[in-house]
Amino acid sequence: MRLVVDLNRCQGYAQCAFLAPDVFVMHGDESLLYSPEVEEDRREDLARAVAACPVQAIVVDANFPDTNSGTDR
Amino acid sequence: MSVDGSLDRLKREGRIVVVGASLAGLRAAETLREKGFDGSLTMIGDEPYEPYDRPPLSKQVLLGRATADRTGLPRHRAIDARWRLGVPATGLDMAARRVRLADGDEVEYDRLLIATGIRARPWPQEDEAELDGVFVLRTRDDAEALERSLAQGPRRVLVIGAGFTGSEIASACRERGIAVTVAERADAPLVGALGGVVGRVAAELHRKHGVDLRCGVMVTGLEGDSAGRVRAAHFSDGNTIEADVVVVSLGAQRNTEWLAGSGLGAGPRGIACDAGCRAFDIRGIVTDDIYVAGDVARSPHPLFGYQFLSLEHWGNAVAQAETAAHNMLSDSADRRPHIWVPAFWSSQFGVNIKSVGVPSMGTEILIAQGSRSEHRFTGVYGYQDRVIGAVTFDQTKWLQFYQQLIETTAPFPPASPTVDRRPEGQQPMPADFPDPSVPTHGPTVTLSGYAPDDRRLTFTPARH
Repeated sequence: MRLVVDLNRCQGYAQCAFLAPDVFVMHGDESLLYSPEVEEDRREDLARAVAACPVQAIVVDANFPDTNSGTDR
Repeated sequence: MSVDGSLDRLKREGRIVVVGASLAGLRAAETLREKGFDGSLTMIGDEPYEPYDRPPLSKQVLLGRATADRTGLPRHRAIDARWRLGVPATGLDMAARRVRLADGDEVEYDRLLIATGIRARPWPQEDEAELDGVFVLRTRDDAEALERSLAQGPRRVLVIGAGFTGSEIASACRERGIAVTVAERADAPLVGALGGVVGRVAAELHRKHGVDLRCGVMVTGLEGDSAGRVRAAHFSDGNTIEADVVVVSLGAQRNTEWLAGSGLGAGPRGIACDAGCRAFDIRGIVTDDIYVAGDVARSPHPLFGYQFLSLEHWGNAVAQAETAAHNMLSDSADRRPHIWVPAFWSSQFGVNIKSVGVPSMGTEILIAQGSRSEHRFTGVYGYQDRVIGAVTFDQTKWLQFYQQLIETTAPFPPASPTVDRRPEGQQPMPADFPDPSVPTHGPTVTLSGYAPDDRRLTFTPARH
């Protein structure tokens, strides 16, 4: 499962780092580091972090069946 | 709905081609589907990878906390596209509405979105650039190679150029305990983007964390050993530095060469477009079917004197892609302007640096909160008696307030009293940007284009 944090929006509230500390880590007082890809079984924890973010800065893969996995070269 | 139904036809059975399969291309594709585009969608990308995120490459990846192959961008929805990855576009036939690909194929379109972005500027001496141990950092492959090399514990890394990327690389090296020298042609890091007043704070950060920062020097040559591995670099001040890893961080070039001769208004500064993301042709006439978004676009911004801005900003790529996609499927009366207020972030030496507006237009700066000596402050930039930009070092929560001042062309210095104003913040001072006629490296904002009374603002970040 892929995720991205819009760091323009992020204001360092650190709710995500509190709820999913293995995915989100504060780096200094205000900088956030995160794992851009995590295992599918973390979806629930991530959903909690997404919901808790006061500025809604976390985007996680939509849970859709990928009908287009093949890459046409 | 369009009068003659052509827009409905486009949405139902049209062909849209997106050249550039990175952040802007992906977000545009998602927006097209969201707006009800049911026709065929082709995504063309020169790299063999599906869209991935670049900001982590110089941070998480170099720190060894994430691998470069796991930075794929999350999807908001299925886009049901035909992907042509690992095949660069090589030409455009505007009359026949066709994109030529490197493998000889041609793809026809009814609407084209160009989001080919930028690439790292290579070291100018080709034989030196090819030495083992010489890197640039832009792509997933670049990050993977550089990280592998850092993991082997080099004795010293030389970073050439102290813009945002160069500074982040130096920061990652220090965090891994690797000795690092940074060579910057200007008087301080980040001066192109944030000016000398803030640049001197950045220089303190480098030195406090043990970076051997050399300003006001250029690297004149790289030297390899008999096995073709880089071993040393020569500086314009006569010094020689031994380094077994060299990272060239001299800014970026826009990927527009493939459009040469197409008739599109594309050049080294990007592709000129209107505020609705429609590309101009070389005659200065706006096209109806070709749109531009992301780092490669150059569009006029009403808030900044209609200057044409090229922004190498993550948030700009997202916002401009969404606007372009919306406009591609809209009648002229329904089109939206891209008037996103520039904003970016960087994280280095444990400090969160964020900015809104266009600081590089500023002539003065006021330290409105905090203190530079604490490396925690808010700097507000003034231009012609109005607030034009702001930067924060570990004071993110102030930024929104200043963004609103920029959006409402509030007077500079800002009248409102603020908390945490220190003696040094009572008076504005010159922001100390380098003479725009002297090229420098590393700024993330390029101001150019024309406003007859503002010609001196034309700002050349690097030689093309």
